[in-house]
Amino acid sequence: MTKLLRHHLFWPVAALVVLLVANTVARPSFLAITVRDGHLFGAPIDILRTTAPLLLVALGMTLVIATRGIDLSVGAVVAVSGAVALSHLASSPNPDSPVTVLTAVGLALALCLVLGVWNGFLVSVLGIQPIIATLILMTAGRGVAMLITGGMITTVNSGPFKTLGSGFWLGLPVAAVIAFGVFAVVAFVVRRTALGMLLEATGINPAASRLSGVRSKTLTWTVYTASGLFAGLAGLLISADTMAADANNAGLFIELDAILAVVIGGTALSGGKFNLSGTLVGALVIATLERTVTVLGISPLVTPLFMALVVIVVTLLQSPRMRERLASATRRPTPPSEPQPAARPDSTEVKAR
Amino acid sequence: MTQQTAPAVVEMTGISVEFPPVRALDGVDFRLRPGEIHALMGENGAGKSTLIKALTGIHSPTAGTILVDGVERRFTGPADARAHGVSTVYQEVNLCENLTVAENIMLGAEPRLLGGLHWPAMRRQAASHLERMGLSIDPSSSLGSHSLAVQQLVAICRATVSDCKVLILDEPTSSLDTDEVAHLFTVMRALRDDGVAILFVSHFLDQIYEVSDRMTVLRNGALVGEYATADLPAAELVQHMIGRSMEVLEAAEEVVEHAERPAAATPLLQVVGLGRKGSVQPFDLDLYEGEVVGLAGLLGSGRTELARLLTGADRADVGQTRVSGQTTRLRTPRAAMGHGIAYTSEDRKGEGVVDGLTVRENIVLALQARRGWMRPLPRKQVDELVASYIQQLGIRPADPEALLRNLSGGNQQKVLLARWLATAPQLLVLDEPTRGIDVGAKAEIQKLVADLAAEGMSVVFISAELEEVLRISHRIAVMRDRRKVAEIDGGRATMDQVVDLIAGGGTA
Repeated sequence: MTKLLRHHLFWPVAALVVLLVANTVARPSFLAITVRDGHLFGAPIDILRTTAPLLLVALGMTLVIATRGIDLSVGAVVAVSGAVALSHLASSPNPDSPVTVLTAVGLALALCLVLGVWNGFLVSVLGIQPIIATLILMTAGRGVAMLITGGMITTVNSGPFKTLGSGFWLGLPVAAVIAFGVFAVVAFVVRRTALGMLLEATGINPAASRLSGVRSKTLTWTVYTASGLFAGLAGLLISADTMAADANNAGLFIELDAILAVVIGGTALSGGKFNLSGTLVGALVIATLERTVTVLGISPLVTPLFMALVVIVVTLLQSPRMRERLASATRRPTPPSEPQPAARPDSTEVKAR
Repeated sequence: MTQQTAPAVVEMTGISVEFPPVRALDGVDFRLRPGEIHALMGENGAGKSTLIKALTGIHSPTAGTILVDGVERRFTGPADARAHGVSTVYQEVNLCENLTVAENIMLGAEPRLLGGLHWPAMRRQAASHLERMGLSIDPSSSLGSHSLAVQQLVAICRATVSDCKVLILDEPTSSLDTDEVAHLFTVMRALRDDGVAILFVSHFLDQIYEVSDRMTVLRNGALVGEYATADLPAAELVQHMIGRSMEVLEAAEEVVEHAERPAAATPLLQVVGLGRKGSVQPFDLDLYEGEVVGLAGLLGSGRTELARLLTGADRADVGQTRVSGQTTRLRTPRAAMGHGIAYTSEDRKGEGVVDGLTVRENIVLALQARRGWMRPLPRKQVDELVASYIQQLGIRPADPEALLRNLSGGNQQKVLLARWLATAPQLLVLDEPTRGIDVGAKAEIQKLVADLAAEGMSVVFISAELEEVLRISHRIAVMRDRRKVAEIDGGRATMDQVVDLIAGGGTA
């Protein structure tokens, strides 16, 4: 029991189960999945679909946080991505042609990659604190998106593009297939190569890593680039769902949701050890929570408060101190106390050499 | 035991502390009496720090009782302990460099005035505390402007501000020079005569014998015994601490064989006029295979700076580097690694260990970094490698999955050595590899260095302990005021000769 309690995924999974149970109690058919036109339908499938963009953003965020950084610009990058793709489709004479759609997707991803490179440059080469460096693009990015859309909400019709957001593949939502697929590939690469360990070493002790020959700068640059790319992909999924590019509201606050997903998943903002499976559960918890609000019929007036309460409880349960207390409550004698707080600079501080 | 005058102020009985799966302390008894200086002795990992932390409430014991002044206590942390008269001064000074000396001393016991701070009173009280300890330090100067030694004394002064019955000094002397140590001891004796019980931890045996009245020896988390210092000869003490005879230590005494190197040999690393502004003046140095070159000099003489230029940790702005006769530039540690040059920093905590990773990950870090992330070392190979270094260097606990922060200083140092040995370097630059670690581990590391050189590795060995440098170096480069002032034959050099050079009297 204690072992289970101490497992890093215990509390996030427990939160997810509690939410699902609450939903099922309120609406007994909640977990039912039906087949319609060869596609799967039902609330759980919907949750998977709405999780998709958040999962992609949180994936990049986890890697960035592992290096002691943070990427606040992802929401703006989501907006830029949607703006680029839809503007290209809107200006094209033939938005339904696969070539046009592929070009739109390619353009959007390429620009987002460049934005990620920009963030990485500021952090790893110029040594600007990540929170400041990405704050620049967080505000400037929406301006860029605004320029691209000309200040209008661009709407278009493009069958192939729409498939990205609301289509189905083998009965599953395309968006979910893409996001979970990318997530699985990245998680596999990170843990099967030495990338994960080197990222963690960089996050825990950058100076020691440098002296050990770890290319910390390159790694840091890479994770910001990846974060930009994943946010761009998320932007495509979001804009394909609504088929509208809204420079002001697309991906609004998604950076905060992503940070939350990472924290709920058990990765500390102070960097170092990270936990992709936790992030996956964290993203599912947040998407399920949003769904729960509608299922339980909670008034929109108190929705933010309700969500905040749930988040507080989950993050509290995830905190090392709370876990230790709970574990010692279930077991005597007392487990070892936390290791001493290692003298470590603030999580957002990155020193330039 | 002789008759005991006063009842113990601290009485710990049957203390056990566990960090599963490691049992750090196993039923240890410890008694501290008022008006004594009590040395806590043991190798790294013997449980000295753990015992102190159990007393001050940082670790909670899984078994045992702690009586302070006859009352059973479980402190919730150092602040709680301090409120009950048990103050600790750690090896690393835990003060705020940006505050003044007075503020640091009075922190937590500030005199108040109308809800605010009473600044004049604070300075006055701090001054009187300093004076009581015989320290002439301006209370309104900023702490950061003082040397580490002075900061250490301020830390002790701070500990005595509140009604202090028990003062714990954890390695207070490791960064002090002889005069400063003497001053510290004067202060300690004065406090003892005031009836304070002082618990003193140090790796320097001569200091222990100079100042302590009584000692408790721990080994592998268990109590070996409690002795009056006068009754226990040093040799016996060392045997108690390491649980084996002095053979290992003696073996290390005779490690250096002075074989003549072939006259025509090309140096493995040759630097000419290498230097960096504000760091170290241009110097020449040749390093040969199979040779240990010691760097001697005072703290701040440029020893570390020189090593950092040799290994690409800092970039030189003048001079030339030749590796096996080829001119190259070592711009980064990574570039140096490419030439088989490895460097362990003197700052073990800041630039060495990755404390949140495991022993296994720490050992393979440099090797894996050199291969690049895309070519992970096969797990089987990693496990074999790690197991062999754990066994060869005697890393404890012998658990590849233990987090490095749970290892003692000496074992962390061994892990760092393993990290570099795993890369099979041609040149190994060790900056203070034996600082803050115990006699046994120290001897093991010295022996290892000698063995590595015998196998053909070139080693640069930096240490503040002159004896150690003399003992294992074939050649000694002496540093003074950020300049290399002399290079002498290690075999013929005497202590006095090197001391003269360091002090600026002798000539090469």
